[in-house]
Amino acid sequence: MAERRIVTGNYAAAYGALLSRVEVIAAYPITPQTFIVEHVSEFVNDGKLDAEYMPVESEHSAMSACVAATATGVRSYTATSSQGLALMHEVLYVAAGLHLPIVMPVVNRTIAAPIGIWCEHNDTMAERDSGWLQCFCENNQEVLDMVVQAYKVAENTKVLLPVMVNLDAFILSHTVEPVEFPDQKDVDEFLPRYDPKHAYLRPKDPMVVGSFASPEYIQEFRYQTEESTQNAKEVIRQVNDEFAEKFGRDYGGAVEEYRMDDAEVALITLGTVSATTRDVVDELRDEGKSVGLVKMRWFRPYPTEIIRDIASRVKALGVYDRAMSFGTGGPSYMDTKSALYGHSTIPVLGFLAGLGGRDVMVKDIRLMFERTLEAAKKDRVEKEVTWIGTRGVQP
Amino acid sequence: MKMKDLPEEDWFVNGHTACPGCGGATVVKIAMKVFGPDTITYFPANCLLVFGGTYPLNSFKVPYLHVLFENSAICAAGISRALKRLGKTDTSVVAFAGDGGTADIGIQALSGAAERNEDIIYVCYDNEAYMNTGIQRSGATPFGAWTTTTPVGSVEAGKGEYKKDIPRIMMAHDAPYVATATLGFIPDLLKKLEKAKNKKGCFRYLQIYAPCPPGWRMDASLGAKISKMVVDTGLWTLYEFEDGKMTINKKPKMTPVEEYTKLQGRFRHLTKENLAALQKYAEDKWRKDQALAEAYS
Ligand SMILES: Cc1ncc(C[n+]2csc(CCOP(=O)(O)OP(=O)(O)O)c2C)c(N)n1
Repeated sequence: MAERRIVTGNYAAAYGALLSRVEVIAAYPITPQTFIVEHVSEFVNDGKLDAEYMPVESEHSAMSACVAATATGVRSYTATSSQGLALMHEVLYVAAGLHLPIVMPVVNRTIAAPIGIWCEHNDTMAERDSGWLQCFCENNQEVLDMVVQAYKVAENTKVLLPVMVNLDAFILSHTVEPVEFPDQKDVDEFLPRYDPKHAYLRPKDPMVVGSFASPEYIQEFRYQTEESTQNAKEVIRQVNDEFAEKFGRDYGGAVEEYRMDDAEVALITLGTVSATTRDVVDELRDEGKSVGLVKMRWFRPYPTEIIRDIASRVKALGVYDRAMSFGTGGPSYMDTKSALYGHSTIPVLGFLAGLGGRDVMVKDIRLMFERTLEAAKKDRVEKEVTWIGTRGVQP
Repeated sequence: MKMKDLPEEDWFVNGHTACPGCGGATVVKIAMKVFGPDTITYFPANCLLVFGGTYPLNSFKVPYLHVLFENSAICAAGISRALKRLGKTDTSVVAFAGDGGTADIGIQALSGAAERNEDIIYVCYDNEAYMNTGIQRSGATPFGAWTTTTPVGSVEAGKGEYKKDIPRIMMAHDAPYVATATLGFIPDLLKKLEKAKNKKGCFRYLQIYAPCPPGWRMDASLGAKISKMVVDTGLWTLYEFEDGKMTINKKPKMTPVEEYTKLQGRFRHLTKENLAALQKYAEDKWRKDQALAEAYS
């Protein structure tokens, strides 16, 4: 029987690995991911998880070990955050380039300088072109469920790409919430053992994994990664539906729409801000404003078609980002604009708030909606990117 | 295992594109004859990765993995842990890394794997510089040697520092098996490769001297000779460190280092003072290695 427990996001991320029966774990501690490492070590030492645990010397090594283990033919797992993810940067590209379906929770924390430990998405956003798929979670239940779903998406033979499961530092990682723990038997049925056909290291059937390649071939490898990324869109939907059928939780696939039926404007969000935005949408609806929430769950692959469809139904879109691509705007804002260019002429506004872990308040989100409603009314963008709650800066 | 017992069959086959006289290629060829078909190999970025085969060609009859430059030891360890899960602990996992990938950028992962006693064989073929990128100095480049980053200029000429002693660092990790070898003493090399292969379930480190004719500005036929001379001069001690016990395998003749340096263009510019410094280094090294062997007897 599925069991309900009160746990942190980090525990949920670790328990997702246990349920997924990962076989090799390699990890290095960093606040706020540390408890994930501790929990998986406990699972292994208590005999709850039968896996090889490698307490490695760096995140670079953690990802290297996962790449090597998965290339050998077993399911591997690690988790990191911020500086740790940055240190892995070089290895991330190899995981994706070799089509190794590794799953890694990333506890989103600001990257130095200034050094800080609180929530920002600039760690994961720096890796958005690495070939990894990226999903974002709103609560601890979603964290646990997405670790399991991520393996299923990653290991699908049409995809075979690694996945980052993003969870906001402290807001999820260190906050307890009730979470339903699925039965191991059900997860086993949902997620069979990893049995690779495309890449493995077996002396009786030798294969080169990671060959040096010339310009004659590299472009085709890149194209294959693009194809896999595109295929992931359909697979994400299938896995979502299969999960919903088996476990009774339907997340809506790549994007969840909330009160979007007759919405005039919508705010696109990533991560925990989605939860606050739900409340703000309810409040504004009560005040007679027709607003809705577009919770972007999968950022890579970017859900281009879905966003275009949403844009065709509203008069303006606001996009909330918790990271900045300096000189332009938030990454989600830029991708939204680029998806809509040539397909829609509605105003699209970018909003930045909560960088470095500052709280994003109800009033901040109300301001985002106000500005988006105004733009819808005027059918014009007056300010492309608005920084909210910045000392000395008028929003 | 004797020379004549080596199998005819190769697992690193001809057709690779190494330069004539490449010590690294010879080390890998001999090592693969000893390790045999039940082996999985790992190469970092180095000459071997390139001369071993460019996609879709390949000179290995066993599987190999390449990930990056600085993570050979951890990648080999990752393979070995996965094999443990698959119940295949008989398979040897061997990393073949250059001295640059070992002494410098890869030392963190190497140290971690040694400390955790990962079940791998780590072979460093030591050609004493970054050859793949065009002969740049490494921590393992000897004192005085010309490289493209220690050029012979009017103010400074050659490497100003001494060779980093990686086997000694591995011994400081109390690794179960550490050995040094050269292509000048093949029976000794074969014995060490075989020991490394058969000592299963633990971390094993081999450092094998591997001449690089283009990088050392040396005649391609001199590899074996120079590999003997380096031992005779005391610049390279042949020893084994096994389960805490160190054994020196050959007493050097203490031939003057100049006999050795004069065969290699990389040392051509050395002054009398430089040569005296290198000579002193050889004598000190032999003295220190003896003292270590005594301490670890
Ligand atoms: C992170 C990183 N830095 C630099 C390089 C460039 N690089 C490739 S091979 C190499 C030198 C390898 O030297 P060594 O390990 O001694 O092996 P050899 O080339 O002598 O066989 C360097 C510097 C790289 N591939 N990756």
